Order: sequence, then C-alpha cells, then structure tokens
Amino acid sequence: MSDIVDESMAHKVPVQDFTSDWDHTDPRWVNDPYPIWEDLRERCPVAHTERYGGGWFPTTHEMVSSIANDTEHFTSRMVVVVNNKYPPNFIPAPIGGAPPITSDPPFHSIARRVILPAFAPGPVNALEPQIRALCNKHLDQMAGHEFVDGGMDYAQFIPPGVISTMLGFPPEDDEIFRDIVHLVLDLIDLPSEVRGPLFEPMSEYFTKQIDDHIENPRDDLTSYLLNVEVGGRKLERQHVAGTMVLILVAGIDTTWSAIGSAIWHLARHPEDLARLVNEPELIPVAVEEFLRFYAPVTMARLVAEDYEFFGCPMKKDDWVLLGFPAANRDPKAFADADRFIVDRAVNRHAAFGLGIHRCVGSNLARLELRVAIEEFITRFPRFELAESDAVTWAPGQVRGPRQLPLRILP
Amino acid sequence: MGGPVKVRIDPEICQGQGRCFSIAPGIFDFDDLGNGVVIGDGTLTSDTLELARLAQSNCPEHAIFIEE
Repeated sequence: MSDIVDESMAHKVPVQDFTSDWDHTDPRWVNDPYPIWEDLRERCPVAHTERYGGGWFPTTHEMVSSIANDTEHFTSRMVVVVNNKYPPNFIPAPIGGAPPITSDPPFHSIARRVILPAFAPGPVNALEPQIRALCNKHLDQMAGHEFVDGGMDYAQFIPPGVISTMLGFPPEDDEIFRDIVHLVLDLIDLPSEVRGPLFEPMSEYFTKQIDDHIENPRDDLTSYLLNVEVGGRKLERQHVAGTMVLILVAGIDTTWSAIGSAIWHLARHPEDLARLVNEPELIPVAVEEFLRFYAPVTMARLVAEDYEFFGCPMKKDDWVLLGFPAANRDPKAFADADRFIVDRAVNRHAAFGLGIHRCVGSNLARLELRVAIEEFITRFPRFELAESDAVTWAPGQVRGPRQLPLRILP
Repeated sequence: MGGPVKVRIDPEICQGQGRCFSIAPGIFDFDDLGNGVVIGDGTLTSDTLELARLAQSNCPEHAIFIEE
C-alpha cells in the first residue's frame, strides 16, 4: 500500500502559502507543523484551502473549543479529510460509518453510552498487568542490541496488542490492523475509484470476525456489541461493524504515535529522561505534558449549513480541520506554550478533544502511554537518536514517529 | 465566617476527561460511564482545598466549581 500513497503524494503541488492553501499532507507540515501553526495563529488565525473540496483550519484554542462544542453548525458526519466527500460507500446519519465518532446528537449519545462502560477506568485499569507484559515481551526482543527502533520495534506493537484482546480478534492479525489504519488515515489522497475498492478486504475481515463471534460468543467487546440492547433492541449489524472499525482505527496509531513521540522527546532531552528515571512518580504528570505538546490527533468536521465563523464565510460541506494539537500550543491558553515542561502542574490540554466527542479511549490511551514509558525507561535508562535525519512521521490527521532509530547508551 | 467550602462537578459539562479523579482521587471518583463525580457532599477542608483547585485548573471542560 505504501507504494500507492507515495505515488499519489508525488503528484501534489507543494504548498507555497499555508494561509490560503493549507494541506496537512504537505511534507513541511508532516515533518514539523508547529512553526506553520504559530505563523498562521499570528497572521490569520483561520487558514483556508481549496484542496479537498475546500476547507478551513482554525489555530486558536478558543476557536477549536468553540467548534468542538457547536454540534449545530458543525457536523461529525465525516471526521477524516478526504478528496471525495460522501463517497459511494458513505453510511448516512444517524448511524454514520463509525458511531459514535461519526454521529451527531441525538443519536450520538445513544451510540456513545453503549461503549463508554467498557472504556471507563474500572475495566481499563484491570488491563495494566497485561499491557506491562506486552511491553516487556517486545523489550526482551530489543535487549542486548545497541541500535533499536522505538517505533518499529516497540511503539507500533503496544496498542494493537491491547485492542485485539479487547475486541477478541486474533493478536497475530496485527499487521492487518495496521493496514486498515493506514488505509483509513493515511491514504486520504487517492481518487475514490482507487480508494473505494481498498476497503473491501477490511469489510470482509470485520464480517468474518462478526460471524465468528455470532457462532462462538465470548467475553469480549465484539460479543458485547452484538448482544447489547438499546431500548429493547439489539444494535444493527452495520452499527456494530462501524463501532468496531472506530475502536480499531482510533485505538491503534493514535496511542502508537503518542508513545513514539514521548520516546522521541526523551531521546533528545536527556535531562527529562534522567528526571523520569529518578522520579518515576512524576510520569503521570509528564504524560499529560507529552499529550499536550505532541498531541497526535486532529479531527475534522463538516460545516452543516452556510455559517460565518469569526468573520470567515464558511459554506455548507466545507471541511473544518479541528487542530487540537494546535490549540495545545496556543500561548493565550497555556503559559510558555511552546516549551515542554516535564512537571507542568496546570495543564488543561485538549489532546483528547473537547465536548461530546471526547476520546472514548482516553483512559486506555493514558494507561498505555504511562506503562509503555515506565517499562521503556526502566529497561533503557539512557538512549539517544541514532540518526536524527532518519526519523519519519505519519502524515495526515494522526501524527507521530514511524521510523525512530535509537542508540541505547551504557 | 461563611459556610463550608464545597466542590461540585456540573454533569452537563463533564465529558469524562478523567483529570479530576486522577489528580485528586480522595475528592473525586468516576461513575460507570467514566464521568467524574464528587465523593460525599463535596465539603473541602483547608487540607483538600488546594488539591481540589489543582483538579479544577486541569479540567479541560471547565466542569468543576468551588463555592464558598
């Protein structure tokens, strides 16, 4: 699949001016978006583009918060910016393609209440020993090597291992999960006639898993979704499949990216690494600063009807790229916003979104991030980037390091 | 002398961000959906007021209110 995306990116016109032609897949944005966002925040602060059929990118915390909390003017029918809005396989409201993230009120709260209990702190915290064991399984394989890859040898394996257990999918299918994530989140620039058919194997995979769970019900999230009743009725199969897609896609490269970014930071900041090694009780506080400073997830909305927002003439079905990571760097919302402060005590970050679509998996993501950091720095108390040029970043709406070559220091 | 200082969470505003019960587990807990709830009647002492304020200043949704 990577060949397809490389080819589609190669035909793109590089961005000259992000204020009027932003593109979140432009190599400059992918490699280091923060100076671009800072510039836009000072000069715009809402950037526009004609790409993807037209869209807006607000850069202040105030604007991002305002849109996230305004489900009347901004709909979640589609949350990943692609070239073709409403493709042939589009599943309309109220269910949407991946409920509840693609749902609007009032259906949204019904779909959300179905899955919230599974992701509440009680059941999530019970997963801690399993997550710790998973981390150590991969750390054992890295042990004894001077050169390792914090992304390819470690971060990418943690979330799929956890999510496959929760959904009751075969853990050895994690390569398939990563392909699905890549298709949904990275291959956004493909023409729909090329992209559409790529979804068929994913649909077949979910059909197979659902059929298997109907035949062999067991104690996991898939069987729960197939059997749970809302108002005396089971969920439609399309709803179950959509929620499974959501949990798989939103649960994997988001946290993978967050773990990778934290390791990337520690590799470049030995003083922060030493502090966390010596004061592990500080790690939960540091986790919040990793989440603020390197928030991986940007969501999108569509403008519901023509609407003027902070003087911008937004048209029905324009994209709005909801930059939670940009909001987290807004100096009006955070003291020393552009500084990573490992023990920042007051940290009202928006890494998990704001309002009714707050990331359902936030408790799980925090737990995975904390345990993954704890185990990594316990095993490797000193490490640095092996080659800074070799670090690569995921493009699009979920940002984090993919190749992350490290040198383990004695 | 006023009455006791109390903390409350507005359930209409809370979205279950989970910061309060992580920062101040003696003051806040969570319900079955993962939303924050105040333990007991929310009365704060001079010992717990500062921690409640810290939780308040970390709530992304501004859902925590401290009233004297």
